[in-house]
This record gives sequence, C-alpha cells and structure tokens, in this order.
Amino acid sequence: MKAPGLPRGFELPLEPRLPRIGSVDAVALEERAATLGKRSIKKDAKLWALELAVRVIDLTTLEGADTPGKVAALCSKALRPDPSDRTVPSVAAVCVYPNLVPTAVERVRGSDVRVASVATAFPSGQAPLDVKLAEVRDVVEMGADEVDMVIDRGAFLSGRYAKVYDEIVRVKEECGEAHLKVILETGELGTYDNVRRASLLAMAAGADFIKTSTGKLPAAASPPLALVMLEAIRDVYEETGRMVGMKPAGGVRTAKQAIQHLVLVHETLGPGWLTPGLYRIGASSLLNDVLLQIRKQKTGVYQSPDYFTLD
Amino acid sequence: MREPTTVSRPSLGGGWGVGRTLASAPKSTGSARATDGAGAAAREPRGAVVTDLERKRAAAPAPSEWTYAPAPESREIVSIAERYGLYVGGEFVEPRSGEHYATLDPSQEEPLAEIAQAGTEDVARAVDAARGAFDDGWSQVSPAERAKYLFRIARILQERSREFAVLESLNGGKPIRESRDVDLPLSAAHFFYYAGWADKLEYAFPNRRPRPIGVAGQIIPWNFPLLMLAWKIAPALAAGNTVVLKPAETTPLTALLFCDVVRQAELPAGVVNIVTGDGRTGADLVKHPGVDKIAFTGSTEVGKAIQRELAGTGKRLTLELGGKAANIIFDDAALDQAVEGIVNGIYFNQGHVCCAGSRLLVQESIYEPVVAKLKRRLSTLRVGDPLDKNTDVGAINSRQQLEKIQELVAAGEEEGAEIYQPPCRLPEKGYWFVPTVFTNVAQSYRIAQEEIFGPVLSVLTFRTPDEAVEKANNTPYGLSAGVWTEKGSRILWMAQRLRAGVVWANTYNRFDPASPFGGYKESGFGREGGRHGLEPYLEFER
Amino acid sequence: MSRLPVRKTYKLFVGGAFPRSESGRTYEAEGQNVARASRKDARDAVRAARAAQPKWAAMTAYNRGQVLYRIAEMMEARHAELADLCTGAAEVETAIDRFVWYAGWSDKLAQVLGSSNPVAGPYFDFTVPEPTGVVAILAPEPPLAGLVTRLAPVLVGGNCAVVVASEAHPLAAVELAEVLATSDVPGGVVNVLTGLRAELAPVLAAHMDVNAIDLSGADGDSAELERAAAGNVKRIVRGRADVQSPYEAASFLELKTVWHPIGT
Repeated sequence: MKAPGLPRGFELPLEPRLPRIGSVDAVALEERAATLGKRSIKKDAKLWALELAVRVIDLTTLEGADTPGKVAALCSKALRPDPSDRTVPSVAAVCVYPNLVPTAVERVRGSDVRVASVATAFPSGQAPLDVKLAEVRDVVEMGADEVDMVIDRGAFLSGRYAKVYDEIVRVKEECGEAHLKVILETGELGTYDNVRRASLLAMAAGADFIKTSTGKLPAAASPPLALVMLEAIRDVYEETGRMVGMKPAGGVRTAKQAIQHLVLVHETLGPGWLTPGLYRIGASSLLNDVLLQIRKQKTGVYQSPDYFTLD
Repeated sequence: MREPTTVSRPSLGGGWGVGRTLASAPKSTGSARATDGAGAAAREPRGAVVTDLERKRAAAPAPSEWTYAPAPESREIVSIAERYGLYVGGEFVEPRSGEHYATLDPSQEEPLAEIAQAGTEDVARAVDAARGAFDDGWSQVSPAERAKYLFRIARILQERSREFAVLESLNGGKPIRESRDVDLPLSAAHFFYYAGWADKLEYAFPNRRPRPIGVAGQIIPWNFPLLMLAWKIAPALAAGNTVVLKPAETTPLTALLFCDVVRQAELPAGVVNIVTGDGRTGADLVKHPGVDKIAFTGSTEVGKAIQRELAGTGKRLTLELGGKAANIIFDDAALDQAVEGIVNGIYFNQGHVCCAGSRLLVQESIYEPVVAKLKRRLSTLRVGDPLDKNTDVGAINSRQQLEKIQELVAAGEEEGAEIYQPPCRLPEKGYWFVPTVFTNVAQSYRIAQEEIFGPVLSVLTFRTPDEAVEKANNTPYGLSAGVWTEKGSRILWMAQRLRAGVVWANTYNRFDPASPFGGYKESGFGREGGRHGLEPYLEFER
Repeated sequence: MSRLPVRKTYKLFVGGAFPRSESGRTYEAEGQNVARASRKDARDAVRAARAAQPKWAAMTAYNRGQVLYRIAEMMEARHAELADLCTGAAEVETAIDRFVWYAGWSDKLAQVLGSSNPVAGPYFDFTVPEPTGVVAILAPEPPLAGLVTRLAPVLVGGNCAVVVASEAHPLAAVELAEVLATSDVPGGVVNVLTGLRAELAPVLAAHMDVNAIDLSGADGDSAELERAAAGNVKRIVRGRADVQSPYEAASFLELKTVWHPIGT
C-alpha cells in the first residue's frame, strides 16, 4: 500500500501532539513540593482559601456499610456544612458507591451539589470490561453527574498500556454527558515516572479529571504526587489547549494540608484552576477541620470539634 | 489557529478528546494562565436545552486572583545595639581609629547600627590577642576539649537560630526562608562537623603528624555572612589555630552577634577576634607579619591583589573567588525539575552566589520548552520584603552591587542579547532587581564572560556533549558546574571533563560540611568542607 | 518521722519501652530485684532492633551524630546518679566523652573507610561502608564505661543493638537506658537486657536474625558461642573495653562497591 503523498510544507509529527513523556527526578520534585508547603497564607488570604476548600470538596463515603440513611446524612452535610453559619457555601459534590446513587440524587435535587459515583469495579478495577462498562451505564442512568473510574493497574504495571487506554476511552463513551474522573491509584504505581506516564495516558484517552487515589490505600495524595500530576496537566494544556482537572483524594485530612494543595495548584497551574470545575478534593473528615479553621479565622478563637455536626 | 491533528490509530480510541472536536487553542507563547477558569468555557456548546449538569457547571463561580497576605517574621527576637566596637581578646573595645560607619538594611535603605572601622593599630591589637591566645592557651587545650568548645558553639547556634536568621535577613537582604532553612542549619552543621575532627586529626592525615599553623587571618564576603564565618572559623579552631576574622563591610551584624555565642560557649579569650571595617582593614590584616595564614573569599580581583601582596612572604594562602558556572541541560533531563534547578541556580540568594549557575547551556533540541517553562516559572517568583516568609527573592545587598548589575544588564542589551523580565512590582525604597533572563547570548558578550553576581541568567545553546564541555570550560573561572540528564554514564563523563571544583548533577547549590568546596583556575585554590578542608589550617611534619 | 523513699523498679529496655521480663522473674543484684530477661525477651529485643534498623540507618549521618551527642548531654545531666552506680565520676566522664568522640565520627566514617577506586576501565567505582544490621553485645566491665565503649561504635554506623548488661552490676545499664529514652534515640535502636549471661548469650549467639555479635564481655565459654554464631555466618567481634577508634566502628560495617560506566 502506498503512503499518501504529503502536501508541501507539512511536517510529520512524531507523536500526535503528546507532551514529551520524559522523567521526573524524585529528589528535586519532593524538594519543590516541600518548599511550596512552606508558603505562609494568612488572614484574608487564608479565609479565602478555606472557603474555596469547602467549595471544592467531594464529600465522600465509600464503605461496605453505607446505607441510604448514612448517605442522606452526608448529603445534608454537603448542602449545608455549617448550619450555624449560612455564609459557608455547599461543597462541590458527594461521592458514593453505585447502589447509593439514587438516594444521593434525590437528596441533592435542586441544588448545585453534584453526585459523583465510583464505578469500574472500584477500588481494584480487577473485573472484566463488560462488567465495568455496565456499571458505568447504570450509574449514569441513575442520575450521577460524574463518574470516578479506576485504571487497571494490573494492566499498567505489566506494560499493557493500550488496554489501559482503551478502557478509559470506552468508559468515557458510556459516560455520555457525565464528567469522567480517572483514578490513577498513585500509591500502587511505584514511581513518579509512572505517575506522569499514567497521567498523560489518561488525559490522552479523554479524562476530564485525573485523580490521585481511591482513598483505600494510606496517604496516596502526597504533595509530590499531586505535583507530578499538576505538571502533566500543565504540559497537556500547553501542548493542546485542553484544560483537565485534578483531584487529590485520600490523606488530605487537615485544613493545613488542603491549603498546601491549593498552593501547589496556584503556583503550578495558576488561579484559573482554582474552581470546582477544574479542582476537587476527595475527603470526609477534612470538611469539619476546614469549618473549624474558618470559624477560628472569623472569631479569632481556637475551636473544638464538639461544636461542628458530624453529619 | 491550529487545526487539531487527527491521527488514526487502529484499535485505540482516538487522540485528544474521543469522538469530539477539540476546541483548538494556539500553543501559548507567553503567559499561560487561563483567567476564565470555568471548565464550561472550554467545552463545546451542546444546543438549546440546558441540562441540570450544565446549570451546575455554569453556577461555579469564577476564581479571582489569590494574593497571599503578608506573612512577616517578627523582628522582636533580635536586639541590635546602636553602636559596636571591635571584638578583641574576648571583649568589645573601642576602635583606636575612632572611626565608625553605618550598616544598612538594604531592603529599606535604613541604618541599623554604627560599626567600628578598624584601623591598622586595631588590626595589630587583634593579631596580638590571637597570637597570645595561641601561645599561652589554645594550643595547650587538649584536642578533646577543643572539640567540646566547638560542639557548644554548634548547639548554641541551633538554639539561637531564629534570632540569627532574622538578623541575617535584616542586614543582608536575603529572604528569611533561606536564612532560616539554609544559612543557619548549615552554619551550625559546619561547627558540628569540624568539632568532630578536632581530636581525630591523626586519622584524617595518618603518618603526617599534623599541627596547627598559628594565627589565621580570615576575610569573608557579604553573600552568606554567617555561613562564611562558620566555613572559616570552624576548621581553623578544630585544627588548633586562633583567628582574626574580618566580616564584609556591609554585613557585620551576625558576626558581631556571634561574639555573644563565643561568650556563651566560654571560649578562651583571644581565640576568636572580629575586626570590622572596609577594604583597608582587610589589607592591614593581609599585610600583618604576625598572621601565619590568610583565607579569603571574595572577588577574583581582590584575590589576585592578596596573592601579589603575599608573594615571597611564605604565608599560607587559600582563595575562594568568583565564578561563571555553566548549568548544562541535556534533552533527556527531567524537565520540570531541571527548570527548578536553573531557577535555584541563579535566583537563590538573588544570584549573589560565587557558584551561581549564571550561564544556562541548553541543548538546542530542547531549547524551546526549557525557555518557555523558565519564563513561566519566573512569573511565580515572589520578590519583596526579606522578612516575609513567602518571599523567594530578596533585596540586592548594596547600592554598589545594584549599580554593577544594572551596568552589566545594560551592556547585555547593547551587545544584542534579548532580555526577558517577568512583570514585577518592586518596592519604592531599597535595592532591588527583577529576576532577568537573557536569550540570544553569544559566548563573547560581557554577560556571558563576567560575573554579574545578581539575578541575571544568560542562555546559550549547544548541540553535543563535547560542545557543552568546550563551552562550559571556556572561561578563566572554574568554580562549579551543573549537569542535567537522566543518563548516569553521561553525568560521570561530563563530571570527569568539566574543569570545575564542584559538579552538581541533577541538582544545584547543594552544600554540606562534609563535602569539599573550592575552585579551579581563577576561581581560587584550596578546599573548604570535608576532611580536605582541614589541610589549609595545618602544618605537617611530612 | 523520716520519709520513706519511693523505690525504683528495675526493668528491661526494649523497643523504647520499659517492660518487665515476660517470664515474670527477677534476680538479686546490687541489693535490688532486677528483671531477669528470658529467651523470649531476647527474641523480642532482636525483633525491636530489626524493626528500628532501617530508619536508623536511613537517617543522615549528621542526624545520628547529633543523637549521640544528645546522649552525652543527657548523661552529663545525670552525672551524679550514674557515678553512684559505677566506680565513680571518672568512669562516668570516660563514658560521656566516649559518646562525644563517636558522635563526631558519624559524618566522617565514609571519608576514612570508603574510597573511590581507580579501576582499569571507563568506570566510576566507589566503595561505601554500610551498617551490618542488628548487633548483639555482651557488655564488659566496668558496668557503665565498658558498655558504652562497645555500644557507641555499633550505633554510629547505623546499626541497632541488643545489649546484655553486666550481670553483677546491672543498675548502671538501667540508668543508661533511662538516659537513652530521653535522648531522641528512636525506640528499638538500643535494647538493654538485664539477667543471667549464661541464659542470654547462647540465645543471641544462635539467633538467625542477628548479624554480628560482640563478645568483649564473654567470660570463658566464648568458643561455644562462636560455634553457635556460625549458624548464620555472624560477624564475630572481640573488642576492648578501653579503646576508641573508627576501626572499632568498622567491625560492624559492611563494604559495598558500586560500578558505573563513564560515557556520553
């Protein structure tokens, strides 16, 4: 078969507008993340950051023991995190298992809080593709606004990148209007190089958001891991103009950590990304710590958890 | 506007956006920040019906600029006297010269204190005190006890670390984050490291029977005032010598505060003497016949003058002079970290670093992304109040230095280099210079040859490793170099060939008391740090 | 009426805590009931040492040096108590100065014991010392300075220790354990077992997860112990109670040599 004649002046690209995969130096990366962690955010800037933190939280419950009652309570909290302070905004979304999607959809109806559902055999991803796709179809039908999928780490770590890519593309198709977050499960990927590779791959396959972790492994949303992903997002934006969102999840427990993450975004991607459309934090206990800090900023007095509702 | 590239890939889904057309955006050249951040804007329109999801997306408020509020470190911990004398023989004395001068806070141009200008007689007194302490005291103190004094000094510096860090930033202009996190810990570490050698010299130099030299005269610069003091005093004392140290004219305050550490450590009188003043004081110290060894860190010009002065006297000499280091980026470097390394190499401490990576040699095949990333990174550098914890780049140390930087930058523009400076609002008072990058720089331009000693980077290109080595070595200086590549064998190959005393691979501006530092060629001779750093302060029987 | 003092209970020091012997036994020494460690206590101590060793070794040499110096600081603060429990002030000062001396070696051992080797080929070749791992120490007399003289060189290179204290004079070792607990020494880095040497030494000599054994304090039956140690090719060290040298530390260090090509 003859290759088609190329028009004059056409430069054949080696890669279809993919940013250079390249490597990540771990020592320098961790140092940069640590230096950014030293930013001292005070007063109005701190209050602004704390309120932003609330607005970007995906309030999450992903337990085998979840019931409609538990999810209903979560949704109330999501809609009105601090009943004693009406100025505290709602969170961005609630994040639940597929069986609890109908309850969540019912409870947040009419508000701006979105419903995100995990899918694709969360958290392991170790199931046949058709099962995973059926799950996505179901949660979208039940009214989920967003789907948080997991990549197949088994495929990734054994070098079957095409399979990983294909699955994301297929899931994205099933999502339809729903917005797709791709969970890399950074805690299992082993190296920062792999995290970068997985990030670029997920974005190439159509992810709207890339997400660090399932939250089922300890502390997988460390600042250096988040930074690798943010840099990959920036490279994709520079190369193609497409803006992909980022979500750290798991291990972000305190307001201080949340602000550190916001600083990372601010100094890597710029203020344009500091919005729920492009940034989320997956968390559960974080919300109350942020509320505590907001009240402390407003009153000047250190607070106690007793004064904040659990649900 | 560029068309999206479509590539057909059998069995794979598609390119950037499956089944959708990308909202193509031209590849950005300058500012990369999206000001309208709502994700909805980048997605293609879906028709007249507004879905619930779309309504939710549209409801997301647009972000505004996030300015971190001022986060000043408190000055209260430091108390600065109105006037200082000279520290001679264990006490502060009035200068016989009767002269004083003001030392400033360069970020405000405000005077901080009156400093003694030591005259020839004052220097002589200090040398006599050092000699007396050496003959009658210090050389009789057992090495193990010498070690304990130095351990005490290290611990006291750790205890008073915040106080010293604030004073260092006030008097010198460097950001508090650097003085707190780099200068102070390293200074304490130097004393701790050399304390450990004091009673182990026969292991450091087996069979050579090491002995102290006597009185060391030490002259240090203004870029790392306390750290340079530690680099000089720690090994000198560990080896059993006594010292007369002259801090830089513009930054005497932490050296003077150090005298209080000496007092708290109960160091015998006369072991450490501090004489403040300008270049004349240094010259007097160099010339004094009672000094057995001179250690100088500063400009190559003055270093040569000192070497000329000492010719024929038999006095021992070590010099740590200027540099024009090449920071070499290969196309397989870990890019984002390399850019961080470039930034750290030339903007750390406002570029007032002898080993600064002031020449960026970037492989031509990676030139565009590196320069683009670098320019973008520059725009997140925060220039301002040195005492603000969020400041990345502080004040230029003096009017004199600022003028020198301005002169060389003007020369750069005149010679035809292309200048880039990020938008930056500088304070009204004080000495400031915006972090600057010159591209289109030829090897022969002044900005590629002369040491600027400021936050100014010159970018040149190369094609092959051989060419990189050639260009890197094409300078009378030879203090340091940086190499960025993921290939280990290339790191070692480059390190072997670079004519520089310190080679940093995949990092830059890393210092440690255990790691010897010093130059080749006109960057000086002698090493500071490590076992080798003891040698200049010892006499050997063989 | 005179005041009745509150008496101390003399316990073991394992994993940073002070447990009694799991056997519940004590023996009488220096007029006190002192914990009599069993083979299971020895097993637990080795486990604690092994668990602590990676982190201790991963600390920077500078940090380890600072911890050793801190031990000296805390010992100096307890000068009087320690002097009462050993032969006197001179012994205490020897022990303190020993820690200060070794503290200064931490960030220098690699420079004296390691090397860059000029091999005949385009390779960068270097040798670095690394800790062997878990070391069992049979502490020699005198009760404080003997123990410290054998312990400090083990610690400085990044090893963790299980120390069998002097059988006749164990109280100084217990006091030292209290010093260690307040000196920023991570739990498990040093474990101190009091008890009968004849019961404990063979267990440690035969233990398959102990990398080296210091027999300085072994009296008489060291041949038996050396035979048992051969079971996992333990490094056998017979040091002296009164000598300090970087080469004492070297006995507990392995040497690793690395090659890497030099080329573009």
